[in-house]
Amino acid sequence: MRYRTFTAIGGALALSACTTNGTPDTVASASSGPSATKGEAPYASTYKPYPGAATALVGATVFDGAGQRIDNGTVLFSEGKVVAVGGADLAIPAGYTRVDGTGKYVTPGIIDIHSHLGDYPTPSVEAHSDGNEATSPATPEVWAEHSVWPQDPGFTRALANGGITSLQILPGSANLFGGRTVTLKNVASRTVQGMKFPGAPNGLKMACGENPKRVYGGKGRAPSTRMGNFAVNRQTWFDAKAYDGKKRDLAKETLKGVLDGEILVHNHCYRADEMALVLDMAKEMGYKVTAFHHAVESYKIGDLLRESDVCSAIWADWYGFKMESYDGIPENGALLYQAGACVVIHSDDENGIQRLNQEAAKAQAAGKRAGIAIADAEVIRWITLNAAKAMGIDDQTGSLAPGKMADVVLWNANPLSVYARPEKVWVDGALLFDANDPKRRPVSDFELGQPGEGDVK
Amino acid sequence: MIRTTLLATAAAFAFGALAAPATAQDIAITNATVATGDGSAPMEGATVVIRGGKVVAAGRGVAVPAGTRTIDGAGKWVTPGIFMPVTDLGLADVEGVGDSNDTRAARSRFSAALDASTAVNYASQHIAVSRAGGVTRASIVTAPGGAIFAGQGAVIDTGADRNAVVASRAFQMVTLGEAAARIAGGSRVAAYAELANALREAGEFAAGRWQGDGNLLTRADAEALAPVVTGAQPLYVHVERAADIRAVLSLPRRYPKLKLVLLGVSEGWIVADDIAAAGVPVIADPLDNLPASFEQLGATHSNVGRMVQAGVKVALGGLSGGITGPRIAPQFAGNLVALSQVPGATGLTWGQAFASISSIPAEISGFGGRFGVLSAGAAGDLVVWDGDPLEVSSAPVQVFIDGIEQPLDSHQTRLRDRYRDLDEGTLPKAYDW
Repeated sequence: MRYRTFTAIGGALALSACTTNGTPDTVASASSGPSATKGEAPYASTYKPYPGAATALVGATVFDGAGQRIDNGTVLFSEGKVVAVGGADLAIPAGYTRVDGTGKYVTPGIIDIHSHLGDYPTPSVEAHSDGNEATSPATPEVWAEHSVWPQDPGFTRALANGGITSLQILPGSANLFGGRTVTLKNVASRTVQGMKFPGAPNGLKMACGENPKRVYGGKGRAPSTRMGNFAVNRQTWFDAKAYDGKKRDLAKETLKGVLDGEILVHNHCYRADEMALVLDMAKEMGYKVTAFHHAVESYKIGDLLRESDVCSAIWADWYGFKMESYDGIPENGALLYQAGACVVIHSDDENGIQRLNQEAAKAQAAGKRAGIAIADAEVIRWITLNAAKAMGIDDQTGSLAPGKMADVVLWNANPLSVYARPEKVWVDGALLFDANDPKRRPVSDFELGQPGEGDVK
Repeated sequence: MIRTTLLATAAAFAFGALAAPATAQDIAITNATVATGDGSAPMEGATVVIRGGKVVAAGRGVAVPAGTRTIDGAGKWVTPGIFMPVTDLGLADVEGVGDSNDTRAARSRFSAALDASTAVNYASQHIAVSRAGGVTRASIVTAPGGAIFAGQGAVIDTGADRNAVVASRAFQMVTLGEAAARIAGGSRVAAYAELANALREAGEFAAGRWQGDGNLLTRADAEALAPVVTGAQPLYVHVERAADIRAVLSLPRRYPKLKLVLLGVSEGWIVADDIAAAGVPVIADPLDNLPASFEQLGATHSNVGRMVQAGVKVALGGLSGGITGPRIAPQFAGNLVALSQVPGATGLTWGQAFASISSIPAEISGFGGRFGVLSAGAAGDLVVWDGDPLEVSSAPVQVFIDGIEQPLDSHQTRLRDRYRDLDEGTLPKAYDW
């Protein structure tokens, strides 16, 4: 979250849900927690794709999300799925609606791996502050989905301005174990179940460093140091390993799910040295870290991250706002890419999520100036397929491949340009945003009857 | 080997800049795309001449005086330096590290008397990074703490020398609306009472009728507010809600000499005609479009465009030093240009957008014609860019302040160079510098 001088009355440390307070969490869908109830998962997804026409997007430059660029491309989708992607010569079956994309660009739906929408919705009032269960350093028992307010107007802005079609909501970073994450489709719904991404794996949000030790040290209890962080972490893992499942223990069910490989670890961790310690802890306990989030120092250990097959979810250029961000550099993503490690651009911010494309472009440009040229189509992968991979949904979305969800954005210019905006956004083949159709944009319950209702915003 | 040479060069430049203050050079940049910052469209194939630290001329067909160092600007853009108003640049090294952070003083016994110019760190990394991003001037101010008055702002430059402050006590800042209500005791009504009382006591001070007894302001605060009441110093008012904006615009009826500038103004578009009629300029955060608070329900990306269309003078501002900082001002301005292609939205032209981060903030800050514009007599603050400055892929390649070429290196560039490869060779990375 950008620190706004105008409104920074609350003090610098109030500046961000996640960078200072936050934490993680959620998910749960078809396959729910381990040792939890066998059979049907609780709070199951009730998301159903909305109807859409069979559509042929023609004439645009296509970035398929998997690194491929097709000039004058054709993208076919029908019944919610991508049917085919090819060049101008790709035959368009009968019954398809043609959408002329000449001069425009097509990407898969943009995916934000790190959001607090719904858990820290706007208006950002205390009554809405549901992202950190900051009552104990280890709260793996909480699920972010139980805090999500589906009426958060931030979802609509992310769709209309950022082309966001899927996003992971995490608990904040006050806790070492923040709880479970939830992955959502960015489709307005009356209930969070109605937004839950079908079949997305659960995630566990963990946090390194300054935040847990500040929050709990400030309360005069452990952890108050980084060594305290690790002591609490390790004891919590050992206790979980000894869990026999006879009596339901929600915290240990989550941890067991990680140890069984069913729940993905998303670990807020800025510093390279701490990431290395976490990787050793994961080895010690027998789990895998899927992604480090806010990994501003990843560039120092690109080799280690490549070898460990861990993604780094990063901002383009945030730095210097807290001690553990002091070595942030804009070339982080490019240096990671050069090292062969997985790069994801994330927002952690209700404004930044509207411009993930621009953030990716800044990371690309910083690399170019440092002599690391990265093709546009590769950079788009950082906000599509790589994010999907780290969220465990890459078999369903993240690239324009036959059989995948028809999550598609038509941009009015190259999305890596500041001058680009989404013109149309389809989710599962349903046209849910159209810049040319004022009624084809969602308005949350909260905004009805308020100043600017239905405005372009 | 090449890497070593690059590093050595960069280091030498950095030390050189610190050791011996550079002097202004006479320079001409020719055949570039030039944007003068005054709201006009960029001109291709233009020339900018600076001499004695000042701009001599900018435009097509400008003659280059004989003997002037000439830089070929082919493929480059040249603009005035960016002017970022109302930031905390130079007031914190790390916002989250309290000891390094001078942006607020919630427990101070003073408020309006606080003077941001007394704390500016010219060697701050945030200043270095902003400079490398093309920001050459800024107005800075502390945030309100224990009182609705935040204190007196300063105008600074980002030059790599020991003199950052251009003008101290350039304006006073007060907050109204929700934040002020919180500070003043719980409501806007209380905040207004604080304001009215402070202006009354300051008026008495200005008139030489200050009584020590029975006043709520400290003497220092009353003294600091006296020039606000007399109109000698502008009063920047942070306000968001349309109703609150109208209330602020009515203040001059009671305090006729107030020189107002509005800050924030998320709902300015709703009362844009009132603001225009009052002739009060605005400094807005252009990308707020969420109902972050109940006083920002109408926030929209079109706010700035709609106000400009109504005739309001609008600068972009409010970006602090930490997290991203003033250097992303061009990205913000670029987004307003992009908006002009969105049906139903109101954006800015390229020229208007660039003016909103150069000449207009300079004018609002009292430096019209001197900063933020490439016109004869203006300071030789210019930036040579490798492309369209509002585009996220572009960056400055050279920055001049008062005609002096500036170093563009920082803690960040040194880290980048150290970790360009991960080879530890025969010694640890700590020996690579």
